[in-house]
Amino acid sequence: MASAYDTTDVPAPRPVSGEVVIRMAGVQKWYDSFHVLKDIELEVHKGERIVICGPSGSGKSTLIRCINQLEKHQKGTITVNGVTIDSAHRHLDQVRRDVGMVFQQFNLFPHLTVVENCMLAPMRVRGTSKQEARDIAMKYLARVRIPEQADKYPGQLSGGQQQRVAIARSLCMNPKVMLFDEPTSALDPEMVKEVLDTMIGLAEDGMTMLCVTHEMGFAKSVADRVIFMDRGEIVEQATPAEFFTNPKSERTRNFLGQILTH
Amino acid sequence: MIRAFSYNEFLFLLSAVQWTLALSAIAFIGGATVGLVIALARTSDIKAVRLAATGYIQLFQGTPLLMQLFLVFFGATVMGLDLNPWAAAALGLTLNASAFLGEIWRGCIQAVPRGQWEAASALGLRYPGLMRYVILPQAVKVAVPPTVGFLVQLIKSTSLAAIIGFTELTRAGQIVNNATFQPFLVFGIVAVLYFLMCWPLSLLSARLERRYALATR
Repeated sequence: MASAYDTTDVPAPRPVSGEVVIRMAGVQKWYDSFHVLKDIELEVHKGERIVICGPSGSGKSTLIRCINQLEKHQKGTITVNGVTIDSAHRHLDQVRRDVGMVFQQFNLFPHLTVVENCMLAPMRVRGTSKQEARDIAMKYLARVRIPEQADKYPGQLSGGQQQRVAIARSLCMNPKVMLFDEPTSALDPEMVKEVLDTMIGLAEDGMTMLCVTHEMGFAKSVADRVIFMDRGEIVEQATPAEFFTNPKSERTRNFLGQILTH
Repeated sequence: MIRAFSYNEFLFLLSAVQWTLALSAIAFIGGATVGLVIALARTSDIKAVRLAATGYIQLFQGTPLLMQLFLVFFGATVMGLDLNPWAAAALGLTLNASAFLGEIWRGCIQAVPRGQWEAASALGLRYPGLMRYVILPQAVKVAVPPTVGFLVQLIKSTSLAAIIGFTELTRAGQIVNNATFQPFLVFGIVAVLYFLMCWPLSLLSARLERRYALATR
C-alpha cells in the first residue's frame, strides 16, 4: 500500500524525518485457526504520530502489542530502532526499553504509591539510583500535572489521573516510541480530555506515537497518518484530512459512517 | 502397674506441646520454601516445568500423609540412611506441606490480573524482577488467610508423626494412657491442647479473610 504523504491538504504539514523507528514486514499472527494479523506491512518514522482505528476484533490492539511482544507473531519480522525481534532475550529487553506502553485499564501497580510506580522500572531495569529515579519520576509527574499525588496509592486517584500516572510511568524509561492501547476507552467522559491533552502535549514534544483509539477528534488534530484496520488487515492509510473526507475503501466508509453518526 | 493420672502426667503432656509446635514450625518453614518453588513452577511459561510441578502436587495430594511418613521413614532405611523419627517426620511433613502450599499459592499468583504482568513486562522487567516487585507482593495479600488456615491443618497433621515414634503431643498422650489407662481423660486433655493451639489461628484466618474482603470491595 502506498504511504499517503500528501502535503497539499494537511492542516499542519510536519516534516517527518526519514529515520524508521518501527518496521513491520510480512507480519502474520494466528490464534489457533483465527488469522488475527494478515501480512502487516508498516513503517513508522521518527516523530510520527499514527492513529490506528477499526472495528473491534480487527486486530489493531494485537498489532501494537506485537511491537513489544506482549503478543508473539508467528511470521514476518518486526524491527524496533534497528533491533529485530527474535528469540534472544537481550533483543526483547532492548526493544521493551525503547517502547513505552499505555493500557486501556491503566495497569498501575496497586501496592505501590504513584511515585514508586514510576521509580520501579528505572531502578530495577536500568539500575538507576533511588534518588535519581525519584527525581526522574517527579519530573514526569509534573509533566502530566499531578506531582501533588506522588505519595498516594493508585486506588485513591480518579481514572483520568491514573492514566496520566501510567503515561508518566512509561516516560520515566525515556522511550523512543509510545504505544497507546485505547487509552481513553475505560474513562468516564469528563476525564477523557485531561488524558488526551497529556497525549497532545507529548505529540507536540516530538514523541513517536502509535495510538489505537476511537477518538476521531484526536486523530484529526494530532495524527500524521490514520490507519484503518479490518479483519486483521491494514485496509487503508492516509493523512487525517484525506482519511475523513475522502476514504477510498467501502469498508472505511462504512466504519466512519457508523462512528461519526452517533 | 497402673499409675494415677496426676499433675506430673499433665506436665508431661504440656511439655510435649513444644515438640508439636517445633515440628509444625519446621514443616511450615520447609513447606513454605519448597512450596514457593512449586507455586512458581506451576505458573511457569515452560510446559515441562509446569507438568513436573503438577505431578508433584498430584502425588502428595493423592496419597495419605501417613503413607508419605512411612515411605520417608522406612524408605530412608532401605536406602541405607539412618533417619531418626524427628528428621523423618520433619521431611515428610515438609514435602506434604509444600505440595499443598504450592497449590494454594499458585491460585494466589494467578489471581493477580494479567494486566499487571503485561505492564511490568512492557516496562522491561524480566521474570525475577516482575515476580519479586510486582506479582508476589500482590499475591501475598490474597495468600495470607488461606495460608494461616492451612497452618491449622498442619498442626493437626503432626499428630501422625506419633505413629513413626516421634514423641510429640499425641505420642505423649499414648505413653501417659499406657501408664494410667484413663484414655478418655488423657486424650480429652490432648484434644483440648490441640484446640488451644489451633483455635487462635482459625480466628486469625477468619479475621484476615474478612479484612481482605473489605479491602478489595
